[in-house]
Amino acid sequence: MQQPDLTESFVELVRRAATDLPPDMEQALRDAKTKEEPGSAAEGALDTILKNVEMAREHATPICQDTGTPIFEIHHPLGISTRQLADQIRRAVAIATERSYLRPNAVDSLTGKNSGDNTGEDFPTMHFYEWDEAHIHVDLLLKGGGCENVSAQYKLPDASLRAGRDLDGVRRVALDAVYQAQGKGCSPGVLGIAVGGDRGSSYVKSKQQLLRPLADHNDNPDLAALEDQLYEEANELGIGPMGFGGKTTVLGVKVGALHRLPASYFVSIAYMCWANRRASMDVQPGGEVSYAS
Amino acid sequence: MHHNLAVPIPDEAIRALHVGDTVSLSGVIVTGRDAAHRFMVEHFIKNPVAPEDEALHAELKRLLDGGVIYHCGPVVRKHDDGSYSFVAAGPTTSIREEVYQADVIAHFNLKGVIGKGGMAGRTLQACQTQPAVYLHAIGGAASLIAQSVKEVVGVHKLEFGVPEAMWVIRVEGFPLVVTMDSHGQSTHDAVAAASKERLAALLG
Repeated sequence: MQQPDLTESFVELVRRAATDLPPDMEQALRDAKTKEEPGSAAEGALDTILKNVEMAREHATPICQDTGTPIFEIHHPLGISTRQLADQIRRAVAIATERSYLRPNAVDSLTGKNSGDNTGEDFPTMHFYEWDEAHIHVDLLLKGGGCENVSAQYKLPDASLRAGRDLDGVRRVALDAVYQAQGKGCSPGVLGIAVGGDRGSSYVKSKQQLLRPLADHNDNPDLAALEDQLYEEANELGIGPMGFGGKTTVLGVKVGALHRLPASYFVSIAYMCWANRRASMDVQPGGEVSYAS
Repeated sequence: MHHNLAVPIPDEAIRALHVGDTVSLSGVIVTGRDAAHRFMVEHFIKNPVAPEDEALHAELKRLLDGGVIYHCGPVVRKHDDGSYSFVAAGPTTSIREEVYQADVIAHFNLKGVIGKGGMAGRTLQACQTQPAVYLHAIGGAASLIAQSVKEVVGVHKLEFGVPEAMWVIRVEGFPLVVTMDSHGQSTHDAVAAASKERLAALLG
């Protein structure tokens, strides 16, 4: 595969992620609306959300003004320059910012100055993986700040939650995280959970779970069962859309696991708002580009 | 119950609002989030107003008397003629302003604070004494809310950056839910208490 210039394709990927909610998320929100009490604040919130999703798509404007941290996960064949791809991605987010698909979101932590174009120190986030396939695959997640702020990491055992180093312990801390978040992460959200790893790898893995479609079934039967159980139980908390109270608190739960040190047992919970803005793109060896969400 | 409200909002209209009520808001409001709240408290409230800040202080006094502040960091488009329009304008998390909000409500005679996620005890107390209400916008509904922003009247403190600047906007039919009223009630407290009980039951 020749080194491609994907700058404009990356801009298009950003536009799709920022302005068009994935169909499975939209359908889940529609289903949730039918479950809430007619006339309730919860039903009203979902109704407003769905109208907003349609409007954003129609006008190609951001679904949410907090267009978040752009997180790019790139799989590429041997021989591709990741340095060049990284430069193209940085240029693309600057162009997307100029076109109002993205809000200027990169702030210098020391001076408080906004760079104005979504580029900065380790911003946007990019992870590159070489693989055996002949094509390039890119996943993009736009992770907003409100839900990032209610994401959490636990160290098991946790005596206050009686959470031991097993999947019941994971379940306990995950439910606590949903309770602590209340509506502040813009519920109904999606939970990406990672079990194990070190503190850094655990958080990365938890966010990668958010790229999985809602219908994706976990290959590991124990984790699949935990995903189902957490989905049911989190919704029993009654926090509801926006924390107004109601039947829908989460739309999905996805769990992954990593090896860990004998001494450590971390559980990371990446809370994603209802605006779970993920999009992907494939670039074939011949240069054809296709998009999906 | 549904209410149509226009800025400036009279006290009677505020006292008629209860948690769970829906509101359509119209009129001129001002956006302000972290940098703006810290600035207002440090430059207008805690310390005497410096000569260079007097014009802005007077302007905000005028705009916010009986008015509404909106916790929002918008996506804004600048047009060739120098004018602006809002592209996306959903609420940001309000609790970060808890340390400032009660003082800002009292200083400017605010009648409403718009945001998401709710606020805590000091703000709830300020809502009772002022009186004022906390109005919850739908988090993430940025395109829809931008449609209710009919005009960007002006902007202050643009040096804080686009999200942190104080945008003066005219809204029409801005959809909101009352989640903290002037009678001491908070949806956020009620939902937190109920979900705590359910969590305890689930954890056994």
